[in-house]
Amino acid sequence: MSDVPADPRYARQAPRRPLRLSWSDERVRNIVWQALVVGGVLAVFYWLYRNTSYNLEVRRIATGFGFLEREAGLPIAESLIEYDPSMTYFRALLVGVLNTLKVAIVGIVLATILGTLLGIARLSRNWLLARIAGAYVELVRDLPLLLQLLFWYALLQALPGPRQALNPVEGVFLSNRGLKLPFFRWEDAHSWAMIAFVLGVVGTFLYRRWARARQMQDGQPRAVWPIGAALMGALPLAVWWALGAPFQPDIPFLRGFNFQGGLTVSPEFFALLLGLTLYTAGFIAEIVRAGILAVNQGQWEAAQALGLPRGRVMSLVVLPQALRVIIPPMTSQFLNITKNSSLAVAIGYQDIVSIANTTLNQTGQAIEGIAIIMLVYLTISLSISLFMNWYNARIALVER
Amino acid sequence: MTTPKRHILAGAFGAAAILATALPAVAQQRPAQQPAAPAAQAQPAPAAQPQQQATAPSGSTIDAIRARGTLVCGVTTGLAGFAAPNSQGVWAGFDVDYCKAVAIALFNDANRVRYVPTTAQNRFTALQSGEVDMLARNTTWTLSRDTSLGFDFGGINFFDGQGFMVKRALNVQNARQLDGATVCVQPGTTTEQNLADWARGARIQIRPVVIERLEDNVAAYIAGRCDAYTTDVSGLASTRAVQQNPNDHVILPDVISKEPLGPLVRHGDQRFADLVRWVHFGLVAAEEFGVTSQNVQEMAQNDPRPEVQRMLGRTGGLGQMLGVDNLWMINIIRTLGNYGEMFERNLTPIGLQRGPNALWTTPGGLQYAPPFR
Repeated sequence: MSDVPADPRYARQAPRRPLRLSWSDERVRNIVWQALVVGGVLAVFYWLYRNTSYNLEVRRIATGFGFLEREAGLPIAESLIEYDPSMTYFRALLVGVLNTLKVAIVGIVLATILGTLLGIARLSRNWLLARIAGAYVELVRDLPLLLQLLFWYALLQALPGPRQALNPVEGVFLSNRGLKLPFFRWEDAHSWAMIAFVLGVVGTFLYRRWARARQMQDGQPRAVWPIGAALMGALPLAVWWALGAPFQPDIPFLRGFNFQGGLTVSPEFFALLLGLTLYTAGFIAEIVRAGILAVNQGQWEAAQALGLPRGRVMSLVVLPQALRVIIPPMTSQFLNITKNSSLAVAIGYQDIVSIANTTLNQTGQAIEGIAIIMLVYLTISLSISLFMNWYNARIALVER
Repeated sequence: MTTPKRHILAGAFGAAAILATALPAVAQQRPAQQPAAPAAQAQPAPAAQPQQQATAPSGSTIDAIRARGTLVCGVTTGLAGFAAPNSQGVWAGFDVDYCKAVAIALFNDANRVRYVPTTAQNRFTALQSGEVDMLARNTTWTLSRDTSLGFDFGGINFFDGQGFMVKRALNVQNARQLDGATVCVQPGTTTEQNLADWARGARIQIRPVVIERLEDNVAAYIAGRCDAYTTDVSGLASTRAVQQNPNDHVILPDVISKEPLGPLVRHGDQRFADLVRWVHFGLVAAEEFGVTSQNVQEMAQNDPRPEVQRMLGRTGGLGQMLGVDNLWMINIIRTLGNYGEMFERNLTPIGLQRGPNALWTTPGGLQYAPPFR
């Protein structure tokens, strides 16, 4: 809806009536009711707060967030940032938040790709492909996620032990301790190259916008890829080179009980990622299918009449229109992945819930612990919602 | 433009108002239904204000239990020997016997207990919130649990320590050889922290695998996800005993911590804490005096020792001081036996020795009861 009505007559405000202090005045009634309700809600919150603090006081249960500064002493198996048990609870919780974000972000990306492919496959003219996609969706949607997570975790545990690890390619080991990949020793130069790459992505994006705008004026198409390659490929390489081009391969090898070195994908993370991705992809597939079917058949026919092949009809004409239908329910699925990642507790992936639970158990401050969990999920979920709403508004049909 | 907005606002507030009025109603109904379920003969009168009763700060836990007609006892989700449902689905074990002993002291009926299985993570919340009256659940007595968590421990009914179990095939002789190993550990326990502390002290690398449910944790160890499984030695023995082939697993000789386990109650009710504490001391003292389930009646009649007479309620009125029947110890011992009998019935079958849990009169024993005066 637009703010400026076409007809100036509608822009006129209704004349303001003076407020009469009488029950028969609708505005007075509204104000009174709303004040009562707001007052009631506030009173309930106040009662809850008083009740809680009184009971905590009586039992002499410690309160407050002072424990965040204390040494955590709890071991964490995988962490994106440096962590050892002598660090604070705050650090431990931060590790948990990052672990949650890690599985959520990777899960969202993979589930979106897989779900979109499945949704398109289900509409395929190839009978076998469409039926397989349909069967997959029905199977995965109908089984509880927790069950699927436990299934994948049990399956990964059935892999051979580290001494009998599968070794498909030199340096790659697959065992019940997870997947071990060769990597290289990470140094400062690599971090700087990473930053240069991110800047390159932003630069390429800006250049593309500029190029489009210029094309609108002078009609000259400008190739984006040479600039993109330079900014995203050559720039990070140059930075890495300038900082001495450090490269030390880090290949996993078996010593003692476990593999040392290399990059690890733990069975806990992998089982959780697999479960979340496969489960949510089933839902996303249906959303994508619904979105595509929502595009008028006439659009297909018109595009085909222009001589576009079927694949390009899909990518250039149908999908962009389908996105408008797809995005709002997709937001819910992204939020679901994030929240469902808390089932990690069952299979031993140390996300924010797992670590906050341990924290509240060791400190006994359950209310603070739960508040932290709520705050973290609320922040992540609201961020996803905001981003998706912004994106939705951007692609929404602009009506005139 | 303005009216629809206002309607939405009013609607939202209306919904909130309904919620707000419903909330306290639900909160008040719940505890009233809870105690009514297990015991039909419970007195309905005090149910009107049970929330105050169940969690009230001073002196009313016993009254609340009496009114409800059952003791609500938090136990493990299943640890053979300590607390696990048997083949008939009836809870049995060493910790379960402690719940029964308290129920007998209060009601002279070992069946007036409702067992609530609690995980390592939710046990403290369950006790703090009044969902259970007491915990008898392999819980280590520590300073912070005694103070900032708000609990009182009723003595130490099992002196334990943390150890490691590994597969025999690994050929590991002691815990220091576990450098670089992956270790399965339950979250929310002192075990988790001990493991980290010990690894730091011994300067070795340990990779934890932290799974909440005990059964899943053990399954991960059995499947080979972890090289070792760590918990209290008693728990290791219990887990080892129920494996298909217990001899495939060895418990390493190293004990890396002190784990004094005991029953615990909420802060703020000294009378109930006293009762739980003296039930434990009574069981230990009974063993020391040689009072068993077989001879308790006869001892009560004939034993000349004044302290035995006082403990068994013939003289002194000690039961009354605790707020229970004077014959409380006779009733407990007649049904459950003394500390030694309970140990033998529950823990000897899973391969646990008395060790430090022998009476103080035996060398190396630590179990000791203050005098019954």
